[in-house]
Amino acid sequence: MTGKTLSEKIFSRAAKKESRAGEFVTARIDRAMIHDITGPLAVKGFYEIAGRNAKVWDPSKVVVIFDHQVPADSLKAAENHLMLRKFSQEQGIINYDVFCGVCHQVMPEKGHVLPGEIIVGTDSHTCTYGAFGAFATGIGSTDMASIFATGRLWFMIPKTLQLEIEGRLPSLVTSKDIILRIIGDIGADGANYLACEFRGKVVSRMDIASRMTMSNMAIEMGAKAGIVDPDDITIKYLKQHALDKDAIAKNIEVTDEAAEVTRRFWTVSDLEPQVSMPHNVDNVRPISEIPETRINQVFLGSCTNGRFEDLELACNTMKGESVAKGVRLIVVPASREEYLKALRAGLIEKFMEAGAIVESACCGPCMGGSFGLLGPGEVCLSTSNRNFVGRQGSPEALVYLASPATAGASAITGFITDPREI
Amino acid sequence: MIKGRAWCFGDNVDTDVIIPGKYLRTKDMSLLAQHVLEGLDPHFASKIEKGDVIIAGRNFGCGSSREQAAIALKEAGVAVVVAKSFARIFYRNAINIGLPLIEADVVCQEGEIVEVDLAKGTVYVNDRKVKGTKIPDFLMDILRDGGLVAHRRKEKEKIR
Repeated sequence: MTGKTLSEKIFSRAAKKESRAGEFVTARIDRAMIHDITGPLAVKGFYEIAGRNAKVWDPSKVVVIFDHQVPADSLKAAENHLMLRKFSQEQGIINYDVFCGVCHQVMPEKGHVLPGEIIVGTDSHTCTYGAFGAFATGIGSTDMASIFATGRLWFMIPKTLQLEIEGRLPSLVTSKDIILRIIGDIGADGANYLACEFRGKVVSRMDIASRMTMSNMAIEMGAKAGIVDPDDITIKYLKQHALDKDAIAKNIEVTDEAAEVTRRFWTVSDLEPQVSMPHNVDNVRPISEIPETRINQVFLGSCTNGRFEDLELACNTMKGESVAKGVRLIVVPASREEYLKALRAGLIEKFMEAGAIVESACCGPCMGGSFGLLGPGEVCLSTSNRNFVGRQGSPEALVYLASPATAGASAITGFITDPREI
Repeated sequence: MIKGRAWCFGDNVDTDVIIPGKYLRTKDMSLLAQHVLEGLDPHFASKIEKGDVIIAGRNFGCGSSREQAAIALKEAGVAVVVAKSFARIFYRNAINIGLPLIEADVVCQEGEIVEVDLAKGTVYVNDRKVKGTKIPDFLMDILRDGGLVAHRRKEKEKIR
């Protein structure tokens, strides 16, 4: 008998039976998150399934966060917010409302993420919490409606793809560049239905923010989860943030050495900054191969790269220079806490003095449904996770994805710029 | 058996081109149909008719978990989506809202008549038979009931 993967162990526990990759299981859900865009449909479905006076299976396991259209940017958004406020209040569910920031930052920050747990959210980037060793994955609203009623969901236990990252990451090259390179190599569906595990010395040395960037983008290669083995760095973060500190070590699991997995290797010692060109995330080139590209907007933020470390890196890369004429630099910290850290460190003042627009913590231009949209023909360099047609506004706009360092460098030159040249 | 006229698309049709983020705040599901696949063809909503079939390549429905993407296709009258492969979340969402779909590698011309036998997992295009991947039985049950909400309600009725 070979060993077990992390995913097999987690699902065996959650389904209360020994299970292997490829099997269908019904698993108990440890944590469920909805936000203001996909939440209303989940709530509507829940009442349709369970009845108007029904109660969710366990209100202490549900989290509501508004982040996509906050503060309400339209009457329709305000109505959605009202509906979710009423739901949370009636059900006794914690609701962070419009106040805290992007759901995927707020969830771990407020202590709702623990290693080894099954966490689902009605947002595809729920895989971000894999950075803490959780099995976290995005689901649709109706799956969530069913979970609200029963506390359970069917899964096919995924096979495991281990991505071993070795070498030493050069200066001004980041975990964003690594994950873009991996997605470029594997392709947009290269990890479909698989649980990815990010491993190797480079990952062990990474801070939590950098790990979250990689786990966040696992979905962009189709992965069901993007997991990093919990270690001292994880435990240190969890001790500061977890709501239930006694439970931190309760479900910690890692893949056995003898388990059946596929392995792929990357060496990053010579990695250049990477750029994902329109209109697919896997359309990735090293920055030296990107032709001269004038930009109209830089978006620094999102659940991918809106943390303090990202803002600091972008700010340092700008070296006190002003934003180039004709360029709009939109900075949106991922959460209120990250915003406050940036404020206290003087970063916000520097961004403002450089000519940036700093907005309160939310998803911002990333999902193209709120502010900061692009007009036809406009070009944006974005630290977010998707560059699909129409993602940030006009279907005729062009979105390039890159790291915060590349964003900072490009903001001051007005062209897509290698941060190592500043 | 589902039978309809084909509309052909390539690989990686993402949920942002199926229904852009700016329309997601609505509760009016027919509005979603008016903008379906706008990102790939601004006039698609006026061309598609009830009972038509979508034929696509790899990784259909990749990207966002927005169930509104599957709803927009269903509301626009799409009878079935046939793709070489589907993104995981879209696949679940489609079944959950009662939009039939099947994994099959079908090459055909726009406007050709396509027949799909979901129970057998086969697709017929102009008498050519393409073997697809059969939907697992427990998911077929959800589809037959018209989606997960109706399926769960039916289960509840049985318990009573």
